[in-house]
Amino acid sequence: MSEKKKLVMIGNGMAGMRAIEEILEANPDMFDITIFGAEKYPNYNRIMLSPVLAGDTTIDDIILNDEQWYADNGITLHLGTRIKEIQRGYKKVIAEDGTETKYDNLIIATGSNPFMIPIPGHDKEGVMAFRDIDDCDAMLDAARKYKKAAVIGGGLLGLEAAKGLLHLGMDVTVIHDQATLMNMQLDSVAGEMLRVDLEEQGMKFKVSTLTTEVTGEDRVTGLKFKDGSTLACDLLIMAVGIRPNKQLAEESGLFCNRGIVVNDYMQTVTDPSIYSVGECAEHRGIAYGLVAPLFEQAKTLGHMITGQGLKAYGGSVVSTKLKISGVDVFSAGDFMGGPGADVVELMDRVGGVYKKMVLEDDRIKGVVMFGDTADGPTFFQWMQDGKDVSERRSALLFSASGLGDSGHSGIDQVSAMADETVVCGCNGVTKKQIVDVIVKEGLTSRKEITRCTKAAGSCGGCAGLVDQLLAATLGTAFVESTHEPICGCTDMDHEQLKVQIKNKHLTMVRETMNVLEWKGEGCHICRPAINYYIGMYWPTEAEDDRYSRVVNEKMHANIQKDGTYSVIPRVFGGNTDADYLIRLGEVAKKYDIQTIKITGGQRIGLYGVKKEDLVSVWRDLDMPSGFAYGKALRTVKTCVGSEWCRFGTQDSTTLGIRLEKIFDRSWYPAKTKLAASGCPRNCAEATIKDLGVVGVEGGWEIYVGGNGGVKVRAGDLLCMVKTDDEVVEITKAYLQHYRETGKHNERTAPWLERIGLEKIKRVVVDDPEGRKALIERMDLYLSTLTTDPWMDRLKDEKPSGEMTQFNEYTPIDIPVEVVNA
Amino acid sequence: MSNHMNSETSGKWHPVCQVEEIPPLGGRTVRTCQMEIAVFRLSDGRIRAVHNSCPHKQGPLADGIVSGDTIICPMHAWKISLESGEVLPPDSGCVKTYSAKVEDGQVLLRL
Repeated sequence: MSEKKKLVMIGNGMAGMRAIEEILEANPDMFDITIFGAEKYPNYNRIMLSPVLAGDTTIDDIILNDEQWYADNGITLHLGTRIKEIQRGYKKVIAEDGTETKYDNLIIATGSNPFMIPIPGHDKEGVMAFRDIDDCDAMLDAARKYKKAAVIGGGLLGLEAAKGLLHLGMDVTVIHDQATLMNMQLDSVAGEMLRVDLEEQGMKFKVSTLTTEVTGEDRVTGLKFKDGSTLACDLLIMAVGIRPNKQLAEESGLFCNRGIVVNDYMQTVTDPSIYSVGECAEHRGIAYGLVAPLFEQAKTLGHMITGQGLKAYGGSVVSTKLKISGVDVFSAGDFMGGPGADVVELMDRVGGVYKKMVLEDDRIKGVVMFGDTADGPTFFQWMQDGKDVSERRSALLFSASGLGDSGHSGIDQVSAMADETVVCGCNGVTKKQIVDVIVKEGLTSRKEITRCTKAAGSCGGCAGLVDQLLAATLGTAFVESTHEPICGCTDMDHEQLKVQIKNKHLTMVRETMNVLEWKGEGCHICRPAINYYIGMYWPTEAEDDRYSRVVNEKMHANIQKDGTYSVIPRVFGGNTDADYLIRLGEVAKKYDIQTIKITGGQRIGLYGVKKEDLVSVWRDLDMPSGFAYGKALRTVKTCVGSEWCRFGTQDSTTLGIRLEKIFDRSWYPAKTKLAASGCPRNCAEATIKDLGVVGVEGGWEIYVGGNGGVKVRAGDLLCMVKTDDEVVEITKAYLQHYRETGKHNERTAPWLERIGLEKIKRVVVDDPEGRKALIERMDLYLSTLTTDPWMDRLKDEKPSGEMTQFNEYTPIDIPVEVVNA
Repeated sequence: MSNHMNSETSGKWHPVCQVEEIPPLGGRTVRTCQMEIAVFRLSDGRIRAVHNSCPHKQGPLADGIVSGDTIICPMHAWKISLESGEVLPPDSGCVKTYSAKVEDGQVLLRL
């Protein structure tokens, strides 16, 4: 085994650690990693210091990588250790205590230092910056002892610090040398609205004011200003900006300007074995101070250093959001707009809303928003995409989402939602709860949101919405979509699991979990997924594990809110007859069914059936299961078609019944709904189904990936065919392709968007050989579906009450009086 | 009805059914005169019993998914320890547990 290369990193902050994470993900075995951090804490989320100060979260909660994480990844961590020298000739670094560490590659991620204005008295006790955990502690401490605080600097950090101190009960005055607050991020109108808003919250301001002296004996007692006025205070925060921490690099002969100068691959221009990332690095003349660009840099660094080839970092366009509760401010790009600029503005003084957009050639150059920033991320995205907004310009600032065609998806949908809108219906989680937890806990992935709020943790139907909220709240640059483990039981994602099941020929759920080193015995998310995948790959061999199914699929009935079940038999193509209805009615009477409902899928549901009655109800009905409970073929909805309808072009009913009979009992990654309409009036709503056909003169149009649920999506036209037989062929190939490439619990609409319509067309339509192979695999699968699950249960049932496999339908009665404590 | 307390230490042992009548990694509903108890067979053969009602929305725990010492409620996937009856984070609450044992293939509950 060859010797690992030695990687040393100076600095232990967010940008550097993100780079380390990128490296570990790209190649976990390439380096022996040693990290030196000057602070005594492991990597924490510096952005969240403001919420810590405001009391919204605690220091423990903002630790990103605890010490165990470093140990688990084999990283040597030296906390509270400063590096005093880099000897590039010997490729080693020397710490203050004299210890030397050799490196093959070095990353300098020393971040930045707060700038302290060198006015007389700036070194007095009680004068400090707001930069790290120690500062935060000192401010919390001061707030307990003192009353009056001053903050020099009316920028992002200064206002957040001031808000925190205000929250701690201090009397706070913000001193700003410019007339406009946050003048780097806001224009004068928005800055003024912000000032008024914050004054209402109790913050005081002295703008256009230069501080000339800090007064007091040992501790600060006041400030003197250029205009001769004074202010009493016993705590002074300087938040006037940061300076890249380049001293060490400069001393070791690395070329520095404002920061350590790096190329597009994050290597220092002086020494290609040394990289720099984060606030200390200067890239194309810019040293960034916001986190999103730093994460982009970290990605580039990880890519380069692990030898995956050239992928250049081209700089970032940044947007700003103020993290002060109750104040919504957003800006991005060049929003000032010089003379002659194309500017669109919206002003609502009473409502406290101001939006301004600067355009150039019908494209967004910059935007600033106050009061209503919901569309900020959308505009930011459009700005980066160079989207032509000429058609919408007159209405654009009212709302990005209220415009255009209804089919477009994306961030707009969640932005348009009110705070109280329930996003996760299963767990009753509102938009506000999710946004709050993202902001307060500093979350960056859906998994974390699910852990904290349960949203998207049950049916998963809202996962897309949660992702959008994440993007909308943090800005698009934050969203990490690369690797999402299936659940907490494994580190694998769906694709990795599928590959393993296929390559290792795994046919049983427990075997799969053993072989793939599952943590524990699996959960309601991964076990049903494994159970589906083994059956998909190995239709004739896999052993279906009933106890790895969720309740509905295990019981072959839908559980209702009171613990009873619904029974929905098949009505092929929605066509029934008198005998069927009479029998259904008789059974409903016999079991005193509370609710008989025509379902959305053109069939009839019996609701409120007790668990112990299920088997008898099925026996008396003597009808095939409708699979209304499963990730299976639900219904094929049809209109009456050419048999009766005076507009009918094609016989949709006959085709619908035929399709439902062919695909009856088949399982998919998620529930699958089909429809057949006899003419373009489309009464069967075929364009919002997983697959729908619409009759036209001389044939059928086949639409795919439609959905009428949480997120409405009109289906895309896959192809046109002439005959019913061709519809059957394409449908078989398409559904099999979905079965093979879909992730468990992924409907066709997001699946199609993920895979791409063109790619699906190529496999299913354009390639006759590929289609034939898909159809063969589908036919093989369909041939294994020989029995009806309800009838299976009946066969198992023994009239004598003997033990049977499915006896969990029947409760065991024991005549015991239990007094409940 | 309150369910704060865990495993009963008093009461009599009552026969319920044969072990094989509880599906492995599955549950059965047992009805006493007053209430329902969910009885589970864990992967290592242990039998555990809790009140058949999730503290969240009274979901029938007997129909949930068994994973190790945990039952996952079929309604909204609350996870509940079958040892302590405690609901696992991020949710909270608890269900009453009942002592269970197997003798000569017979499942007994202390009630």
